[in-house]
Amino acid sequence: MWKWLHPYANPEVSYHFAGKLIPWFKYLTILLLSIGLVWVLLFVPADYQQGNSFRIFYIHVPTAILSLSIYSTMAVIAFCGLVWQLKLADASVAAIAPVGAVFTAIALITGAAWGRPTWGVWWIWDARLTSELILLFLYLGVIALHSSFSDKSQGGKAASILTLVGVINIPIIKYSVEWWNTLHQGQTVTKLGAPSMASEMYWPFLVCFFGFVCFLGWIISLRFRTEVLSRNAMRPWVKSVAELSEKK
Amino acid sequence: MNPRRKKRLTIIVSIITAIGVITGLVLYALSQNIDLFYTPSEIINGKDDSGIKPIIGQRIRVGGLVVPGSVKRDPDNLKVQFDLTNKGEMIRVKYDGILPDLFREGQGIIANGILTESRLLTASEVLAKHDENYMPKEIAESLGEGHKIPEYSEEQLNNKY
Repeated sequence: MWKWLHPYANPEVSYHFAGKLIPWFKYLTILLLSIGLVWVLLFVPADYQQGNSFRIFYIHVPTAILSLSIYSTMAVIAFCGLVWQLKLADASVAAIAPVGAVFTAIALITGAAWGRPTWGVWWIWDARLTSELILLFLYLGVIALHSSFSDKSQGGKAASILTLVGVINIPIIKYSVEWWNTLHQGQTVTKLGAPSMASEMYWPFLVCFFGFVCFLGWIISLRFRTEVLSRNAMRPWVKSVAELSEKK
Repeated sequence: MNPRRKKRLTIIVSIITAIGVITGLVLYALSQNIDLFYTPSEIINGKDDSGIKPIIGQRIRVGGLVVPGSVKRDPDNLKVQFDLTNKGEMIRVKYDGILPDLFREGQGIIANGILTESRLLTASEVLAKHDENYMPKEIAESLGEGHKIPEYSEEQLNNKY
């Protein structure tokens, strides 16, 4: 059943596969994000209560949702890597972690900028904000562990274990606004049932969201390729790739 | 699946389950400390699960809805008082300062201050909690949910200090 996946465990095959994905992700990112951002900055109506400061929603919410999805993806990869001892899994986790850290940081910073005019504070230690900050530290820990061993496979193993331990934080972040009293509002789009926003505000959100998804795919494919190259530098196929790119 | 993989799988799954259970228990034990604020009914009746009540003189946060018609502003300065409610209980809040833009009657508010009497909070900070519903002005007006930002006269602002 999983036979079709097996060739991709080969670094050379997945290197070229990622190369084929890059242009798709790149042009979709440029298309969706330019449509989405122009739409939300110029055409979407202001919120009845928050006015224009609500527009930061379209960057804050996609990056915050994706910071959780990136982490979950990383955890699944780390899990498979630990059980099946895949070398490529280490390369993928190493490629993904910094991107996740940046998305988490963007979510925290845009959240602070949004909190100041609406709530009245930049930061408050409520459950949602604190658990998201812990997520940032988890990402930083994974990055640090990867580079703190001279043996890359050992560093990858340590980082994978940390990734799996940290996965406990994901449901805590997601449900923090339901389990506890928080200043942060409840879920608008990720809950079951209809999103609690007007449809002319929801459609541009979807465009921005998928724009950010493609952006992620683009950056992660690029990073994955460099990770694979640096981990296989001694292999003949990498040499032929290098020679080919020199000829061009 | 060969036996070595199976063994690794069991080890990893059991470690994650154990950590999950531990975190769950810790969070459950700490749940009252994780709550950011007391609601008015929790101040009067105690928390649902533990019955813990804040004592007079304690510094706490109170979160509730501003009772429509309860906001009284001093015309000469920034002093303001309003009532917060949930589940039928009411707490009066006194505050001297500029209210956040989202403050309005019926809005969720968090006030941070000292419980000076059993139903009176002297606040040093008022934060506005907004909900997860977003809509354009026209729709809000047709639903009867207009919003007016609190305004201050020159004189009121000057009397602050």
